[in-house]
Amino acid sequence: MPDNTVSAPITRDDAYFRLRQEVEEFYYDEASALDERRFDEWLECLHEDILYFMPMRFNVKFGQHAERENTTADEGMSWFNEDKWTLKKRVEQILTGVHYAEEPLSRVSHLITNVQVKQASPSAADAQEIKTSCRFFVYQNRVEHETYNYVGRRYDTLVRENGRFQVIRREIILEQNILLAKALTTFF
Amino acid sequence: MDKNIFGDTDLDAGVVDRKIFVDEEIYQRELETVFTRAWLFVGHQSQIPNPGDFFTSRMGEESVILVRDKKDEIHVFLNSCRHRGMKVCRYDSGNTSLFTCPYHAWTYSTDGKVRGIPQYKDLYEGVLDREKWGLIEVAQLVNYKGAVFATWDKDAPDFETYMGDALMHLDMALDCRDGRPGGSEVIGVHRWVLPTNWKYTAENFLGDSYHNPSHRSVDLIGIGPSGRAGVKGRRDGELETATHVWINFPQGHGVHSAVQPSFGNYTPPASDDPEIGEYFRECHRLRQERLGEESRLLPFTGNFFPNTGYHGGQPRGLVVWHPHGVDKTEGWRFFLVDADAPKSVKDYLRKFYMRYSGPAGMTEQDDMENWLYASKSCKGVIARRNPFNYQLSKDASQQNPTVNGIQIRGRVTTQMTEHMARGYYRRWQDYVNDADWDTLLGKHDPRHNVVQAAE
Repeated sequence: MPDNTVSAPITRDDAYFRLRQEVEEFYYDEASALDERRFDEWLECLHEDILYFMPMRFNVKFGQHAERENTTADEGMSWFNEDKWTLKKRVEQILTGVHYAEEPLSRVSHLITNVQVKQASPSAADAQEIKTSCRFFVYQNRVEHETYNYVGRRYDTLVRENGRFQVIRREIILEQNILLAKALTTFF
Repeated sequence: MDKNIFGDTDLDAGVVDRKIFVDEEIYQRELETVFTRAWLFVGHQSQIPNPGDFFTSRMGEESVILVRDKKDEIHVFLNSCRHRGMKVCRYDSGNTSLFTCPYHAWTYSTDGKVRGIPQYKDLYEGVLDREKWGLIEVAQLVNYKGAVFATWDKDAPDFETYMGDALMHLDMALDCRDGRPGGSEVIGVHRWVLPTNWKYTAENFLGDSYHNPSHRSVDLIGIGPSGRAGVKGRRDGELETATHVWINFPQGHGVHSAVQPSFGNYTPPASDDPEIGEYFRECHRLRQERLGEESRLLPFTGNFFPNTGYHGGQPRGLVVWHPHGVDKTEGWRFFLVDADAPKSVKDYLRKFYMRYSGPAGMTEQDDMENWLYASKSCKGVIARRNPFNYQLSKDASQQNPTVNGIQIRGRVTTQMTEHMARGYYRRWQDYVNDADWDTLLGKHDPRHNVVQAAE
């Protein structure tokens, strides 16, 4: 499974900026599919072998952040540590119409920003696999007065399949310690 | 205490006044009378394996530190400097030889003793007795099969007396799947804030099986351990052929367990993975060998008074519902596996736990929705003139009956019931009324002392 470590800084040439625009468009399409509740279309943005991961975050002593700040995908509990099957189940659950934590549906907007391509292989001009980072602000309003703001970073690995990108690894870093929401019913 | 503090609550009639879930005065009383006296779950020894290891936890609204000192002894301290109250530890866990207050730099060693007070000789010598100003420690602590419980009340009965006959149900959550006592470890802790009164969540875990319809969405799509094999439901059918038992204990605890009719009726989880399935089958075989007939008793869920809930198998763990203001609860869910289980089994289980449990869990998300809007209703003026109905299976329980050949101790029904909740709130009223320990243990409750008395 590819991870989000990057070997060397990418050169910011014309090919880089064209690639970044393509990635931004991909992210905006993906966000629209979620916010407009086209969940099945959103699933198509995800590779069959996706790892969709949101760690829990800890308050740790200075100097221990790299080792101990976040839970890892390989062991223990996290908020999300899923594959495509589980994500499909989550969509299926919403579509039952009796998933009461999303019935009636929440109003959600995904703002995706600070998009950068960190690595492209074999090259930015011919990008088959890329690593990106971005920030998200996900606003959720539920039923009447319930409002949640999720802010954080996302580290993705995208692969080109049949000409279009799909997410094969997504690490979602929510900037919270104790989760300040009653339920994570939205996707990131 | 004014009896009317409980409003129209009448547990003999099976009604509970909505005010108990929103009333500020009751909430303050609870903090003073329930959470300073009852045994509370703090953490697990596997979270602090080495001397100097600590885990920051809670008791009631207050932050506490679970720590293993340099001599390997486990302590629980209030996380508050004795000088001006600043937290002496703001890390979630770690290893240390000292807790240093960031404010005036008083320091404490891992056994809670004062280690250093700046300029002590010049400013305090002869006045401040360092022996008296160590970290505030709980009055009693027990390491029960790895689970650390503590109480602030030196007069509280010992933990096993406090648990009574409910203890064997806690055992089923803590013991190895093959029946060896203890041997579990915590593999992670979910912590999140729910906008609901803490008693809603505790009550739900007492064995409110009646809320099953709220989980219809996961039952329809199938997310259980064997969900990938197309098995529907949110759990595998381990208990399908068992007789379910709903038990209320005199101390206020409540559980929902189940008794297999015979040895042959057990279906292990994990039918989608031959290797994992085989592991569970073997565990089950060994458990039968070790425990004999008693092994037909299987765990499901429960809540130990006041706020330590558990799931015994699918998923498996303890959960503490910490009061966090009258209308907020902090859920801390400690997930358990056998420490010596193979990695493949731990991976299989933790992935099921994650899709099932807590705020990201497909099953429990729907609980959170219900707890929020149900508890909010209790604020309404008109709503509060109309108490809640707690009459489910009223007068249907028996004392210590034999179920499928095994005696089940406690007040028991074999049908869905709210008698655990009724019993829970009886004890809860006793705590709020600051009753003596005999009363808190249910020794004066006729329902638990007269065989076949009406519930």
